[in-house]
Amino acid sequence: MNTVSALGTDVSSQSRIMQLALAALLGLFVVGFLGFSHMEVVHNAAHDYRHSMAFPCH
Amino acid sequence: MSVFRNVVFIAAISGLLAGVILAALQTYSTDPLIFKAETYENAGGHDHGAAPVAGTEATAPAADAQAVAPAEEEAWAPADGFERFAYSALANIVSGIAFGLILVAVSEFAGGIANWRQGVFWGFAGFAVFTLAPGLGLPPELPAMPAADLVSRQIWWTLTVVATAAGLALIAFKQSLPLAVLGVALIVAPHIVGAPQPESHESPIPADLHHSFVVAVTISNLVFWVVLGAVAGYVRNRFMSEPAQSLNGRLA
Repeated sequence: MNTVSALGTDVSSQSRIMQLALAALLGLFVVGFLGFSHMEVVHNAAHDYRHSMAFPCH
Repeated sequence: MSVFRNVVFIAAISGLLAGVILAALQTYSTDPLIFKAETYENAGGHDHGAAPVAGTEATAPAADAQAVAPAEEEAWAPADGFERFAYSALANIVSGIAFGLILVAVSEFAGGIANWRQGVFWGFAGFAVFTLAPGLGLPPELPAMPAADLVSRQIWWTLTVVATAAGLALIAFKQSLPLAVLGVALIVAPHIVGAPQPESHESPIPADLHHSFVVAVTISNLVFWVVLGAVAGYVRNRFMSEPAQSLNGRLA
């Protein structure tokens, strides 16, 4: 993340954007897994949570 | 990866607190209504995941299609009582941190949340995006209630969340009238298209029970989002090296 760009682009700003995007994607992935997974076991374990968060269920 | 690490810290602290509060709220507001609805369901409604019969009847083709463990007749489900509560609480805390990651990362693109009051407004935005907008077309459902095809509802839910978030962002951060109009149009559009609806709304669940559930879900989610945003805003400047810029009265 601390490589120096020969072209003079703003590396720290690019790296910052990448890291923020990574954090947002991780969050979206976990929310998607909890709320949208079609796996029966995940559905059953998080069942009351899904209903209480108004995720589409069943 | 210091930015990523700091975002994770802020999301973990705010998500843990908001998730614990949400779990407590659900235990006393929404969960009793779900348990009550299941008594109607077990009295002859269609199948449902809490009772370990989901996927064994023809009413759950979507779940069948992607079930990972077809060898088992009945998928595992937590036992009623403490085990069920524990898994719900765990789901709440994990999702609190995950929503926190989304909220903190997105707000950093907009300059960061400067204080707890700005955080409350960010929380309102999260509530509008993830609860209010999708809940207008697809109100929170109780077990045994009729519903349209699961995949089409999940697609509508996702597109509504994306459109509402984009619309709010255009209105809040682009100081341009045409873009604000576009933002409103984006927020309205999913509701003109309309959410997938069941063929019949006839339901074994009494209307007043469902109404209580919709209110309980909406209010508990509002509290969750406000706490998440406020705590994230409160701790944000302790972790990030660059202080959040004041939005000059534009947002808080």
